[in-house]
Amino acid sequence: MTLEIIKPGLATSVQDLGRPGYFHLGIPEGGAMDRLALRAANLLVGNDEGAAGLEAVFMGPEIKFGAEMSVAVTGADIPMMLDGEPRETWTSFTVKPGQTLSFGFLKAGARIYIAVSGGIATEPALGSRSTYPIGALGGFEGRAVAAGDVIPVGTGAVVAEGRSVPLALRRRPGTPAVLRVLTGLYWHRLTEKSQKAFFDDAWVVAPEADRMGYRFRGGTPMEFVDRPQPFGAGSDPSNIVDGCYSYGSIQVPGGLEPIVLHRDAVSGGGYFTLGAVISADMDLIGQLQPNTPVTFKRVEMDEALAARAARKTMLADIRQALA
Amino acid sequence: MKTRYSYGGDEHIYVEIDDEMSLDAFFICLSLSKLVRAANIPGVTEICPANASFEVRFDPDVIAPDAIMAKIKELEHEAEAQEKRLETRIIEIPVFYEDPWTHETLMRFRERHQDPSGSDLEYAAKINGYDSVAAFIEAHHSQPWFVSMVGFVSGLPFLYQLVERDKQLEVPKYLRPRTDTPKLTVGYGGCFSCIYSVRGAGGYQMFGITPMPIYDPEQKISYLKDFMVFFRPGDIVKWKPIDRTDYDRIVKEVEAGTYAPRIAEVKFDLDAFNADMTGFNAKLMEALNDA
Repeated sequence: MTLEIIKPGLATSVQDLGRPGYFHLGIPEGGAMDRLALRAANLLVGNDEGAAGLEAVFMGPEIKFGAEMSVAVTGADIPMMLDGEPRETWTSFTVKPGQTLSFGFLKAGARIYIAVSGGIATEPALGSRSTYPIGALGGFEGRAVAAGDVIPVGTGAVVAEGRSVPLALRRRPGTPAVLRVLTGLYWHRLTEKSQKAFFDDAWVVAPEADRMGYRFRGGTPMEFVDRPQPFGAGSDPSNIVDGCYSYGSIQVPGGLEPIVLHRDAVSGGGYFTLGAVISADMDLIGQLQPNTPVTFKRVEMDEALAARAARKTMLADIRQALA
Repeated sequence: MKTRYSYGGDEHIYVEIDDEMSLDAFFICLSLSKLVRAANIPGVTEICPANASFEVRFDPDVIAPDAIMAKIKELEHEAEAQEKRLETRIIEIPVFYEDPWTHETLMRFRERHQDPSGSDLEYAAKINGYDSVAAFIEAHHSQPWFVSMVGFVSGLPFLYQLVERDKQLEVPKYLRPRTDTPKLTVGYGGCFSCIYSVRGAGGYQMFGITPMPIYDPEQKISYLKDFMVFFRPGDIVKWKPIDRTDYDRIVKEVEAGTYAPRIAEVKFDLDAFNADMTGFNAKLMEALNDA
């Protein structure tokens, strides 16, 4: 079975839950930016939660289906049509061979996840179908999809139409979006004044926001504690001896614009990091559009773990609702 | 050296062995990361050694953050006590210095550079006190380098030169990172050399280019059939300056599947190296010449 890309959208790519285990070689975990949305889309069409789907950002693709299959679209709020007839997001529906799915203008959120019964069946690379375009790895030929691509789909049973994720279980960022942060890493490099300003300031998502990282602007330039720079670090006070970066860590090159590293992030580099966004809030970042107001909220480890547990409960509730 | 531990969010432990670069710090990182790997701690998903720090990713649903932190701290003393020896390999990497492709790129991003009037090599030679670019290039390739980290993007090696600290070459990164760097550019930032494994953004100064691919996701290149990434931490590299004719020949050999990198198995012993750097390096390079 296949589906054909008629119009690709902006940077539509095949993603699953990623490929852990290779970050020490500079190959990022990758996978869906909003993992809860991908899991929900898969559950709606009867797939394993970790099956590969299509992730599209800001704009939907146009897709022609080569066979009968179940489809569900989750994530951002976007109108969509099957052969011109409206269909609901977060809800399963059946498509027939030759039918075309298209999208209107995005209303809220940033990324949609399109799951099909049987899952996208491109060849896995290092244990995952996720596309890592910088390394030309995984997905469809290691790149975003293009018009005319015929994407293989696995075999899966068609499920009932109208299976739906309850409204309360569709997670969306608020306004402003609040991202909770555990300080640490090189937090001590900032002056007290800058430490305080980071949490007090109103930030907005900058245009440079992609799978590698989300950049924020609008806050006060940061000041560093004076020190002779350590050997090998480089001369800028925001430089460190190149070390590992992590999923969620917040670097601020030159003390100017914080960047939260996301799923296709570089694995290391020479900029200090002030802490990390907690794991429970990383999916939310995937749904932020440029210019969205954002504040960072300082939390401690117990709150981070409680938030993580709350996300697990939400996933369990989705599973139960669709069981 | 003062080891510093930190959480990186709720899924990472970050260990900074030292805030400055040294091979002693690197060896403790490597030993500690190997010990963590060997300890097979449930819930650990990534172990990433870097130049003078390392990071562990874990699943807090499997192991509590304070429990994994305590386990890593237990291993620190063992790591510090380990002998700083390594069975490794020395590899000759051909470099076409002052090549046309990095030159075209550095001219394109000149306004992001500290010295828009010259080339990256002219700037690096000047600020490191060399009379000429040729003398600087000689310093870059005459003594071997140690791969102290693999990362940034797909299989990119960070290299640290095996010379006394006062002979280390140091350059700043571009004022603002470039949005483009040719694939296989040999770059320089801080005290580290690197090879850009793929084309993309970058902030290191650009000195030249190697014809020898070091990352192949399709695993078609003869010496990357077993694994798509060439380098691992602890590898030793000797740059070999080549000209355009050599460059073109090697590119053709790589395409034909006949290029075999020159490699020799060697032992690296940090104490022996520290006692006599020139003598130790001479033996390393001799092993390469015999390969």
